[in-house]
Amino acid sequence: MPQHTFILNGAKVTVDAPDDLRLLWVLRDILGVTGPKYGCGLDVCKACTCHINGKAFNPCSVPISYIKPTDEITTIEGLADKKTGALHPMQQAWLDYDVAQCGYCQPGQIMAAIAKVKQARSAGHEIGEADFDEIRNICRCGTYFRIREAVRSAATKM
Amino acid sequence: MADQGRSPRSAPGLEPDGTDRRRFLGYLLAAPTLVVAVQLGAETADPQMAEAAIPSPPEPAELMDLGDVLTLAALPTSSLISITMSPDGTASFALPRAEVGQGITTAIAMLIAEELDLPLDKVEITLADARPELVFNQFTGSSNTIRSMYHPVRTAAAIARARLLSTAARQWSVPVSSLTVDQGVIKSKSGTTATYGSLAVAAASTRLTAVSAQPKPESKFTLVGTPQNRIDAHDIVTGNKKFTLDLDVCPGAKPTMVRRPPTINGTVESVPNMAAVTSMPGITDVAVVSTGVAVRGETFGQCIDAVRALKVTWGAGSVDGESDDTVLRKLKAATLPLAAPPLLTHSIDAEFVFAFASNSALETNNAIADVKPDRAEIWSGLKSPIDAQETIAKKLGLPQHAVTVHVAQGGGSFGRKLFFDAALEAAEISQKMGRPVKLMWHRTDDFRHGRAHPMSYSRIRANYALGNVVSYEQRHTSVATDFTHGLGEILTATAAKLPVGGLGFSETVFELTQEVPYNFGPTTQLLNEVPLKFHTGSMRDVYSPNVVCARELVVDQLAATMGKDPVAFRRSFLKKGRYRAVLDKLAEVGQWGTSMPEGTAQGVAVHAEFKGCTAVLVEIDCRPETTGRRIRDAVTGPRITKAVMVVDVGRPINPRGLEAQMLGCVNDGIGLALTESLHIQKGLPLEGSWDNFFYTRQWNTPADVQIIVMPATTGDPGGAGELGVAGSFAAVACAYARATGKMPTSFPINHGTLSFDPLPREPSIPQSPTDGLDYAY
Repeated sequence: MPQHTFILNGAKVTVDAPDDLRLLWVLRDILGVTGPKYGCGLDVCKACTCHINGKAFNPCSVPISYIKPTDEITTIEGLADKKTGALHPMQQAWLDYDVAQCGYCQPGQIMAAIAKVKQARSAGHEIGEADFDEIRNICRCGTYFRIREAVRSAATKM
Repeated sequence: MADQGRSPRSAPGLEPDGTDRRRFLGYLLAAPTLVVAVQLGAETADPQMAEAAIPSPPEPAELMDLGDVLTLAALPTSSLISITMSPDGTASFALPRAEVGQGITTAIAMLIAEELDLPLDKVEITLADARPELVFNQFTGSSNTIRSMYHPVRTAAAIARARLLSTAARQWSVPVSSLTVDQGVIKSKSGTTATYGSLAVAAASTRLTAVSAQPKPESKFTLVGTPQNRIDAHDIVTGNKKFTLDLDVCPGAKPTMVRRPPTINGTVESVPNMAAVTSMPGITDVAVVSTGVAVRGETFGQCIDAVRALKVTWGAGSVDGESDDTVLRKLKAATLPLAAPPLLTHSIDAEFVFAFASNSALETNNAIADVKPDRAEIWSGLKSPIDAQETIAKKLGLPQHAVTVHVAQGGGSFGRKLFFDAALEAAEISQKMGRPVKLMWHRTDDFRHGRAHPMSYSRIRANYALGNVVSYEQRHTSVATDFTHGLGEILTATAAKLPVGGLGFSETVFELTQEVPYNFGPTTQLLNEVPLKFHTGSMRDVYSPNVVCARELVVDQLAATMGKDPVAFRRSFLKKGRYRAVLDKLAEVGQWGTSMPEGTAQGVAVHAEFKGCTAVLVEIDCRPETTGRRIRDAVTGPRITKAVMVVDVGRPINPRGLEAQMLGCVNDGIGLALTESLHIQKGLPLEGSWDNFFYTRQWNTPADVQIIVMPATTGDPGGAGELGVAGSFAAVACAYARATGKMPTSFPINHGTLSFDPLPREPSIPQSPTDGLDYAY
């Protein structure tokens, strides 16, 4: 069984897994990291959104063999400050605006939102309606409006 | 004990000041720490008189609605629910309901914290395992949780508070009346203090004792009625909230998936390569079960590979000959006749078609099952756990008490979790393989083989004369909705008490939920069903979204025909003052009547149900530059640019949670009206992903939403979780009609166009892509 090494939430991990196993199952089934959720396995619903080297991506659609030893994978579990437990501004905004309902999609929503704010900034503007319209993450509870409010608020603190 | 077995019923009486000060019965339980208990039950409905225009006789749903039936059913059969005060100062309660995002754990915690004068974070709510002794009283549906729990939970907390106070009073030799409580700390006049936690053991009872208590008058509420955040929010945003598939509770429960047939209910005839698939990397077991071929392996990724590798010969399914058009023909043929003859020039006749819609949640069907020869243990998000326990026991050939059913936190429901398809299937697979399993449905299967809200056809005739609507008839015909999840038993048990007699389950549900809020003279709404063997079930608000959408479109037609403004017209026919208050507030906040550019319009709708009422105003943009927006793998179309909803639930418990539910309802309504449906073709829905089934996405949702929660009106909490769907759907439809100048009659409006390439039928699930990094941002 091939071995794969990468950096997960700041710590180096090595796993035995078939090359084509999608990273989501490495995280959930082998490493027991369950923050990223399964919603489709088709790179559509975005419930499993995580970060690779600071960019949002969907581990359901990336074979583990594509991940390099130097790649830093961040899941929702890796967002808060490890020492103090202080939440990322996006997580805090999610609390302030009481965004979540069932909560199943929200780890993915938070990870996507952080990347979207950064993406807008690197394109030279603050996140706005057009950027929100590009977020593909499904929330079947329909929390979209509070997501927009929370992201706007968090952006001022990021 | 004389009072044992009685429900917490009220002693008569209003106080001289008019406040409601009913006493309720409860118990101190024998336990090492303070444990108090009450029986579940609730009040019956309070019929209210119609007020205006030509009075329509009260419809069944006004006298007694479905929620009343559920609470009434509980009265003679329910058992105890208990609150435990721990020495650490925490009050804990195992809620016999399912939390699926609707916020009931938060609202119940608020009721307990309020009554105890305890900080909200000192209340812990868990979900109770299936408790068969509760008989009918562990069913989460019909927006009934707060309605059925409001008095019992407050009573239990009031008993606990009184017991803690009397314990302190005894220890300090002072009268109870001299003590005060603040944030779980009891204080005497002399300044002595004791926390609830420190008194919990001393307050414990050594024997079962019946007591009565008088919950706090609602005028003294300081927490209930104020906006509070969800109690599980921190766990959610840190990834710590555990749903079924996240649970590490059953050693050896390995990932398991099922290869499903190419048509609904197709059967396995043979699996020629079973041995080869069993020896695939990571695969431990392959078994033929009643729903397909199950595979169990080390990871879900390997299960997907194995499911796809299986070669299966399939037998016919149960609806192989059915497609959208064949189903619609059957519905039209089965429609009940209208009774009032059309009055020629004074009549509006209309007919509407509503496509199948999936109630799939974001969490697909799943369950953990560990079946041994003499017992079984199940974990799943379940809204009818007792029925699940009974059915699973029967399937496994075990006595009911040998099956333990744990209710897990659910990742959305929308009706889906009323059934327990995955729990039953997981139990069968575990028994067949002789191993514990963690079963997950693939997304594609969840749309194609999961439950759906069936197609329906609605025909309306409204007669009018001399400025009045003089009769209103609606004939709703639907593919049969499956109610065999425990609700059926509840209705059977209470049949004799219902204001509708001699009807089947579905008709009873229909009659108990459908209320026309207008005085339109003689009013009849009837349901007929066509039994077809699709996998059906309720979807959030069951019949109302379709029935009300059709009605409100006709109401707009009536207003236009009679030369009236849609809001003024509705206002003049609304039956109740509280409905008019909601509509007035809506018109004011939503700025009804604002001049709009061509191709855009406002729409308005009113809906009353669950002893509550909503009015919704939306603005729609149907101009080509909006409808022509191009987004990859998406449906854009008309955009709702603004939504305003006013909601009166009688008494809001947590306005922030209520607002959240209504926000969700707005997005549900938008999807149902514009984009969201299943296309049935030769026995299978074509939809297989969220880029096929177009639930509202960020690019469809309004950037401007306001929800206004009315202050307490009736004083009793009505149902809230589903209340806003029908009005939202109807308002979007009405706005679309006004913007385009043509009343839509088929929903969703884009159903006639297939906006995606369907995934193959075989194998039943697609492979995951490998190009995820190309889309990183």
